[in-house]
Amino acid sequence: MTLQYHVSDPVLHCIGSLGSPELPTYRLPFPCCAAAPQGWKQEAKTPVAIAKMWPTDHQLDSSSFHHYFLLFVCAGGFVSSHHLQGHQVLFFGFGWLFFMRQLFKDYEVRQYVVQVVFSVTFAFSCTMFELIIFEILGVLNSSSRYFHWKLNLYVILLLLVFMVPFYIGYFVVSNIRLLHRKRLFFACLVWLTFMYFFWKLGDPFPILSPKHGILSIEQLISRVGVIGVTLMALLSGFGAVNCPYTYMSYFLRNVTDADILALERRLLQTMDMIISKKKRIAVAHRTMFQRGEVHNKPTGFWGMIKSVTTSAPGSENLSLIQQEVDALEELSRQLFLETADLHATKERIEYSITFQGKYFNFLGYFFSIYCVWKIFMATINIVFDRVGKTDPVTRGIEITVNYLGIQFDFFYAISSSKSSNVIVLLLAQIMGMYFVSSVLLIRMSMPLEYRTIITEVLGELQFNFYHRWFDVIFLVSALSSILFLYLAHKQAPEKHMAL
Amino acid sequence: MAALDRVKVLVLGDSGVGKSSLVHLLCQNQVLGNPSWTVGCSVDVRIHDYKEGTPEEKTYYTELWDVGGSVGSASSVKSTRAVFYNSVNGIILVHDLTNKKSSQNLYRWSLEALNRDVVPTGVLVTNGDYDREQFADNQIPLLVIGTKLDQIPEAKRNEVLTRTAFLAEDFNAEEINLDCTNPRYLAAGSSNAVKLSRFFDKVIEKRYFLRDGNQIPGFSDRKRFGGGTLKNLHYD
Repeated sequence: MTLQYHVSDPVLHCIGSLGSPELPTYRLPFPCCAAAPQGWKQEAKTPVAIAKMWPTDHQLDSSSFHHYFLLFVCAGGFVSSHHLQGHQVLFFGFGWLFFMRQLFKDYEVRQYVVQVVFSVTFAFSCTMFELIIFEILGVLNSSSRYFHWKLNLYVILLLLVFMVPFYIGYFVVSNIRLLHRKRLFFACLVWLTFMYFFWKLGDPFPILSPKHGILSIEQLISRVGVIGVTLMALLSGFGAVNCPYTYMSYFLRNVTDADILALERRLLQTMDMIISKKKRIAVAHRTMFQRGEVHNKPTGFWGMIKSVTTSAPGSENLSLIQQEVDALEELSRQLFLETADLHATKERIEYSITFQGKYFNFLGYFFSIYCVWKIFMATINIVFDRVGKTDPVTRGIEITVNYLGIQFDFFYAISSSKSSNVIVLLLAQIMGMYFVSSVLLIRMSMPLEYRTIITEVLGELQFNFYHRWFDVIFLVSALSSILFLYLAHKQAPEKHMAL
Repeated sequence: MAALDRVKVLVLGDSGVGKSSLVHLLCQNQVLGNPSWTVGCSVDVRIHDYKEGTPEEKTYYTELWDVGGSVGSASSVKSTRAVFYNSVNGIILVHDLTNKKSSQNLYRWSLEALNRDVVPTGVLVTNGDYDREQFADNQIPLLVIGTKLDQIPEAKRNEVLTRTAFLAEDFNAEEINLDCTNPRYLAAGSSNAVKLSRFFDKVIEKRYFLRDGNQIPGFSDRKRFGGGTLKNLHYD
């Protein structure tokens, strides 16, 4: 099994890639404050980079439309920056830009709906955080803040519970050829199923006091919160373990050039064998065709019965060769993946010798201590029935590093032009739920006077429950990822020794 | 079995443009029923009659190497892919007519295959205004194929076709536009089939024949693969 470890800095990367995407991009992890200025300089907008952003003759159409639209939006946001709506527009612009430059760099976007939905979700999620900051700083008067909170929450819930799941269902259904005709109908069906399970989610969890009605905002928020907190904890747990594993060079397997060459030779040998077998099949087909026998695959029930009793000896031989070819093709795929893995490890070894690599190695040790401490604290919280009191800053760093890094790599790994719409919508959904539950969790760490507005807006949810739930899932996730990585790490060198 | 001479042609293009369907159509004359993701490289063999219909007709095996992946892959994947670019005799560049990005990426694909000695740094020297000089002295014949023609509505067809004509001109190559799920685009005698045949003839000529028409004397394939210490594994 192969695991790809990419350390990518989402925030710096996406801001830096506002310049030309063709400039070399350096991958830096987020919490390296000392290295951040360096990263900024390398990815700064040079005049050449800006010039490259403008469309050339070949590209005059939708991409230039995007550029102009974006500029207009950002300008508009800037101008009206005194109002919250102005900021929202700015965030919308960022979301759009991020979408175009980062997520969909290699694809052409045909469905504007997806892009709009993603940008809107992003904008409103960011606005929620901004409102918390405003709360603390005391910007705007409290009644207008309250109004904006309510508005924001309603819109986000509308998006997360109604719009985005519906669109996800719609795009998934349109990918399946069978259901393509009646896709609207099936999309509604999928959405109704989602709503049913979403509602059922509330039963086993003690999240509400019974005095709330059916369609109140607390019902929806609590469910969204549970899902979001689970996701956050899962990703944090995995990230907490994966992060030091990636940074530290202690875990790097030793790979020499000879290993790579040997594997490549094996790969080419296998390809050669496949070719010679396919040649035989092709020649056999051709001679049969020329002789006038047409090689029909047995179709239908009677065809299969007939082929059992009367089969030409040539075709039996051919099917045997075909099976061998299939097996060899599978082998060639495995060899290809292993070779790619070895190349990646070799690059990481080369990188770890450089100064940057050593710096991140040190960070890795630091992080591993931090992660062990986190796991320990989670255990203590559960065993001694405490509620965690980590500060928002730590949690903020954790969230950004673990969540965003993993999300993007996962996205790159499984995206294709068919499923890219679905993935982006899933990303929007997860991002929205994540932000909502972050607000819930942050509430606990805020001083009493700032808690009031959140409590007022969100009603009386059982906040303690969320923290406990987070700790449990975090622990489970961290422990299982330790196990998982340990097994993967153990398995790999044994495979190479067998070569 | 007669030892027919071999010729290697790469099929390059972005993920999802239809390379596997195309290769299946070219080699088996059948439409591929269940296209799935290509991991690594998949090879197929097409038996081609060089100079069909003339007294010098000869049959050659053309290997079509369908290399999977995208131009934005990690550099480790690119280094692994580079092993397939050895001793290439021809390149077929495939792009999706409904996806403009795939056409633009063809420049990067061709650079990757032709300059495989250069370590991919991610620094793209050309960005649309590329250097025609690079392709002028290129000895390897190229062919540009656009797929999913049936998905372009009639109204936009002209616009798309002019764009692809520019593209093919940039590469100094012929172009074919078709739909891989419909074999009639490559029916015998159609202009597409003629262009295809001409392309393969050109590839074979460059590989086996000198300018004055004499065949290059006996070139064993044994030296081609990694270091020259391999035995040639042809099962006869």
